[in-house]
Amino acid sequence: MKTDAIAQIGESGVLARSDFAKLLSTLQDEGYAVVGPTIRGGAVVYAEIDDESELPIGWTDEQEAGTYRLKRSGVALFGYVAGAQSWKPNLFQPQRTLWTARGNADGFVIEAVAEDMPRQAFLGVRACELKAISIQDHVLADPANPESDYVARRQESFIVAVNCAKAGATCFCVSMDAGPGVEAGYDLALTELIDDVRHDFLVEIGSPRGASIAARLPLTTASGGDIDAAEAVVSETAAGMGRTLNTVGLKSLLQDNPDHAQWDDVAARCLSCGNCTFACPTCFCHSTEDVTTIDGEVAERQQRWDSCFSLDFSYIRGGAVRPGVASRYRQWMTHKLANWFDQFGESGCVGCGRCITWCPSGIDITAEAAAIRDSLRED
Amino acid sequence: MKKANESRPKLAVWKFASCDGCQLSILDLEDELLALASEIEIAYFLEATQTASDGPYDLSLVEGSITTAQDLERIKTVRRQSKALVTIGACATSGGIQALRNFRDVNDFLAVVYADPGYIDTLATSTPIADHVAVDFELRGCPVNKYQLLEVVTAFVFGRKPMIAAHSVCMECKMRGNVCVTVAQGIPCLGPVTQAGCGAICPAYDRGCYGCYGPQDTPAMSAMTDVLDAHGMSRRDIQRILSTFNANATPFLEESQRHGTADD
Ligand code: SF4
Ligand code: SF4
Ligand code: SF4
Ligand code: SF4
Repeated sequence: MKTDAIAQIGESGVLARSDFAKLLSTLQDEGYAVVGPTIRGGAVVYAEIDDESELPIGWTDEQEAGTYRLKRSGVALFGYVAGAQSWKPNLFQPQRTLWTARGNADGFVIEAVAEDMPRQAFLGVRACELKAISIQDHVLADPANPESDYVARRQESFIVAVNCAKAGATCFCVSMDAGPGVEAGYDLALTELIDDVRHDFLVEIGSPRGASIAARLPLTTASGGDIDAAEAVVSETAAGMGRTLNTVGLKSLLQDNPDHAQWDDVAARCLSCGNCTFACPTCFCHSTEDVTTIDGEVAERQQRWDSCFSLDFSYIRGGAVRPGVASRYRQWMTHKLANWFDQFGESGCVGCGRCITWCPSGIDITAEAAAIRDSLRED
Repeated sequence: MKKANESRPKLAVWKFASCDGCQLSILDLEDELLALASEIEIAYFLEATQTASDGPYDLSLVEGSITTAQDLERIKTVRRQSKALVTIGACATSGGIQALRNFRDVNDFLAVVYADPGYIDTLATSTPIADHVAVDFELRGCPVNKYQLLEVVTAFVFGRKPMIAAHSVCMECKMRGNVCVTVAQGIPCLGPVTQAGCGAICPAYDRGCYGCYGPQDTPAMSAMTDVLDAHGMSRRDIQRILSTFNANATPFLEESQRHGTADD
C-alpha cells in the first residue's frame, strides 16, 4: 500500500530494494555529499559515493585478529560488518590547520582558516559507530571546550544508520551495550530485510531531518510482520557475536593491576605502531604543532591525530613518561575500559573490534582482559 | 640561529658517499626554492651552482656516508666551519645501502668490480656522519621528503625545533586513509618499525613498506619479525628486507643478524 504520510519521528516505512537509489538521490538533492561503504584496497571503506553501484553489493568480510578478507556472499547492500575505518576521519579530521598568524606592521594578526564545511550524509552507520560518535561528542563537542571543526561537521551531518545483519568474528558490541541494534542518534535507520521472496528496507525515522527525507521516498506502510522481521535480524546478530568481554569489575581489575605480568607479555607482541588507536572510533588524542614559512611572515598552528603508542606523545620536561611498550599498551587499554569512566562517565570502548582486526600483530583487547582476569581467579 | 635583516643565513650543502638524490630534493622544491633563496644565502652547493663562498656557514646540510679516509678528514673540516650541521638521508644518517660492505670483505667487492683495484683507496666500512662528528639533527629518508627538508631548514633558520615525527609509518598510513596491506592482503610490511615521513607511499600502492626512513623511535624488532614470519617471509627474506638502505641502523642490523648473515 502506497502512502505519503510516513513522515513522523518514530514512524517506520518500507523501501523496496528497487527504490534504494532514490534514498541516495534525495540526499544528494538536499545538498548532501553521500559518504558510504565502498571497496578499496581489499576492504570496505567509507568514502564519498555518487551512485548505488559503488556500494559493496553482494560482498561480506571475514575478520579475525590481524586479518581481514572480502568474500562474495548474497545480494545484500550492507552484508559486510564494520568498515576498515570508522566515520571518525569525516568528523575529526586526521590533520588540519587551526589558525594562521600573519606578520604586519604592528606585529601579527591571527586569521581563522576558511574552509568549506562539507554537508555529509553518512550511509550505513552501525550501532557501535553511532555510540562511538556519541562518545566523541562528549569529548570533542563538550560546550566548555568544543573542537569547533568537529562540532560544525557534526551539526551538518545526516546519519543513515543500519542495523547489523551479521556480527564479525571480532565484534563484541553486546558486551559493551553498544549494539547491534541502533537506538538513538540517527536521522534514518535501515534494516535490510532479505528472504526468498523479498529484498526491502525497513526505514525508521529518528529526527525531523530524517522525516523530511522520508517524506520524499516511496515508502509503504510497515506491517507488524516487517517490524518483527527487523527485530529478528538484530536479535540473530546479537546471538552471533564473535567475541565477548566480561565487564563485571573490569574497571578495578585494570586499575588495580598496573604491574601485572600480562602487560609485559603483550609488550613482547606489540609493535607500538599505533594502528589500534587510529582505527578506534573513540580515540581522540591529538597533538598541536607550530610551523613557520621560510620568510618568517606566516606561522600556522596545526593539529593532527596522535597516539599513546608514540614515544613523543608522553614527552614532558625530562623525557617521555611512557618509554616502554608495556606502559603504552596499559595506558591505552586501561583508558578505554577503565579510566574513561572516571573522565567521562562511560566506557571508551564500543566493541567494534577494529583494534583487534587491524592490529598487524593480532593483539586482542578481549583476550588481554580475560588473561588478567583469569590469572587472578581464586580457584 | 638568528635571522638578521641585513645578512641572510649562509647555507652549505655537502656531498659524501651518496647518489645525490637527497640534494636533488632541494632543487625539487621548485615552488619554494625562490623563497628559500631569497631568505638564505646558498653559499656552497655544487650540485646547483659553481659559485661558492667560504665559510663559516650557519647551516650545513650533509648528504652521504663516510667511506674514505679523505672524507673522514673532510667531514671534520665541514663541522668546524658550520654553526649547525644537519645530516640528510639514509646514507648520512645510517651509512646507506653502501653499508652492506660492512658485513663482507670490501676487497672482495673491489676485485669483482674494478679491473685494477690497486687504484681504489677506500675504508672497510660505510658509516653515518654522526659516528664521526657532532650532528645537530638527522633527517631520515631515501631520499628525504622535500617538505620535511624545507621544514628542517626553516626550523634552523628560526632557531626552533623541527616538526618531524619519529613515530611509525602506520600512523601516517592510517591518517592517509590507506587500508593496511598486511591485514587486508597479507603483504609483509615494515611500516610498524619504520619512522614516518614518506607519507606511507608504498602501502598506498599496495606494497609493503621497505623501511627507507629507518627505525622509528622505539622499534619493536622481534615482534615485527614475528609478524613478517607469520605472513610467509622466510628467514632469509627477513634478513634481506632489513638489509637495505638502513642496513647499518642498529635495530635493523641486530635483527637482520638474528636472522642469519648475507652469506647464508
Ligand atoms: S577499543 Fe577496540 S573494540 Fe573498543 S571501540 Fe576502540 S577499536 Fe573498537
Ligand atoms: S560491533 Fe556490533 S554494531 Fe558494530 S559492527 Fe559488529 S555487530 Fe555491528
Ligand atoms: S596493540 Fe597492535 S595495533 Fe596497537 S600498537 Fe600494539 S601492535 Fe600496534
Ligand atoms: S600497511 Fe604497513 S604501514 Fe600501513 S598500517 Fe599496515 S603495517 Fe602499517
